[in-house]
Amino acid sequence: MIAYLAQRLAWALAVLLAISAVVFLVVHLSGDPAALYMGPEGTRADYEILRHALGFDRPLPVQYAEFLGRAVQGDFGRSLRHRQPTLPLVLARFPATAALALAALALAAALALPLGIVAAVRRGSLADSAAMVLALAGQCMPTFWLGILLILAFAVKLRWVPVYGGEGALTLVLPAVTLGVWAMARTARITRSSMLEVLNQDFLRTARAKGIAEPAVVLRHALRNGAIPVVTALGLELGNLLGGAVITEAVFAYPGVGRLAVEAVVNKDVPLIQAVVVTVAAVLLALNVLIDLAYVALDPRIRLGHRHAG
Amino acid sequence: MSPPAGPERVATLALDRGPARAAARARWRRTRVLLGAGGARLGAAILLATAACAAVPGLLAPLDPNEQRLLARFTPPASRTADGTLAVLGTDQLGRDILSRVIHGARTSVLIGLSAVLLAGALGTGLGLAAGIRGGPWDHAVMRLADLQFAFPFILLAITVIGVLGPSIRNIVLVVGLSNWCAYARVVRAETLALRERAFVDAARALGAPLGRVVWRHVLPNVSASLIVVATFGVAGAILTEAGLSFLGLGVPLEIPSWGGMLAEGRQFVDTRYWLALFPGAALFVTVMGINLLGDALRDALDPHLQTGQTRASVDRL
Repeated sequence: MIAYLAQRLAWALAVLLAISAVVFLVVHLSGDPAALYMGPEGTRADYEILRHALGFDRPLPVQYAEFLGRAVQGDFGRSLRHRQPTLPLVLARFPATAALALAALALAAALALPLGIVAAVRRGSLADSAAMVLALAGQCMPTFWLGILLILAFAVKLRWVPVYGGEGALTLVLPAVTLGVWAMARTARITRSSMLEVLNQDFLRTARAKGIAEPAVVLRHALRNGAIPVVTALGLELGNLLGGAVITEAVFAYPGVGRLAVEAVVNKDVPLIQAVVVTVAAVLLALNVLIDLAYVALDPRIRLGHRHAG
Repeated sequence: MSPPAGPERVATLALDRGPARAAARARWRRTRVLLGAGGARLGAAILLATAACAAVPGLLAPLDPNEQRLLARFTPPASRTADGTLAVLGTDQLGRDILSRVIHGARTSVLIGLSAVLLAGALGTGLGLAAGIRGGPWDHAVMRLADLQFAFPFILLAITVIGVLGPSIRNIVLVVGLSNWCAYARVVRAETLALRERAFVDAARALGAPLGRVVWRHVLPNVSASLIVVATFGVAGAILTEAGLSFLGLGVPLEIPSWGGMLAEGRQFVDTRYWLALFPGAALFVTVMGINLLGDALRDALDPHLQTGQTRASVDRL
């Protein structure tokens, strides 16, 4: 168990290093960050001063080593636009995105599990078809269009929520629904197929033969075994949720990490871009390690070497 | 004849319930089979329409998609503009015809979707074949690379790259293509590993066929069914990704009509002019739905081993 944890952590660190290198290279090789920031109106002398002040005139490996050295200490430099240290800027946006992602995930799980279970238990029924049509529609729905449709319906027509911004938990509802629909659709499909596999197995026939009531058979015996792929899928969903969050936050003008990232890119704020990407990657990787551990706890058969990569 | 009332009616219903239910269920099962086939047909029909729009948008669109008519701004759908032309889906904030822009937008989506999948598929197939045939360190390296790719926060990297390189169709194809190869590599590798042990591959090797020929004539054709299925869902994913990036302003340049870009513009006017955002989004939704319906049918027909959900799951999506 300790060895497994150590291996996963080492892998996560290696991935994080690779991500930081890729971002660094992309930002520095494909253009001159000093020139990007200065824009066409700067003079040659100003440019040289800025380039030197920001350290962009030194060799790339030196710059990367320095970047890494400072990043380890939590220093990603100062945002070119906000004139503040970047890490606190990124961390300040995390709670909003975490709330959004968790609400979306909770919504997805709360809807997908019953849908998937009913669809599997009543295979071939009207309920099954309805659930699967719903799932198909959910998977084909572009996040941003769904967001706009929800705004149209609930903010513009019904006036239940404000079109932009707003206060309190109410502002979370539409973004969470928007973000959660795709995860819901996919999880419902996976729950259904996973439950279908489990439902015909011998130990369930035994449970029924023992006289256990059908709901208990399904919920206690089948779901326990059918849940493993679902938990994995929900875990993998986190990365997708983050991707969706970038779009969802843009649709609803929601003040999260995703919007900060888009703003940083649009403003060519190089230190902020690096800080956002590396921090978000670190959080995602840490979550993935936790999910791996949960997976081990759920299924004792999984041991190092027996687990399929991805 | 009026139905019996009171207790008598309850009795009739109770008696009838069993067989009636069975008949209803049988009827429903037949409908479902038809719906299943209908789904594929519907998907194919949608894709034919999209392909037609993508192939000859100039013939199908009533107007130039970029022609600005400031006198005809914000014309609602199904009404006439000041100069008397019918705006079927309305006009936008610059008086451009939305129907024409939606039709031309299909070309952008299809072009990027297909190119990105070709790139990702070629790369993934090559790496998957190398991993499956050569095995050992090759296999290890490719699978680690796929793991690495999987752990990347794709969207953040995508907006960073496009933000730095600048929005263009070529850059989107590169970003989406280069980041979606793992799904193909995994499928090709898994199938190649199984095929490698089969007698006909052994026989070809024993007869002295060079490795390249064995791969080309014996392995690749047997992998192609799964590849086609993954690629179909991949096109849907790539189209959604492109639209998402364009929606963020980090996709297709604004002068090229694209559904994502139209949605971003429409978002600004959503409180008063719903049609700006409604129609490009609907086009996107219907197209992706068509691809997925066809993909489901293809998967059922070509490759019963691939499970529902699993294929789509492995294709990155925004």
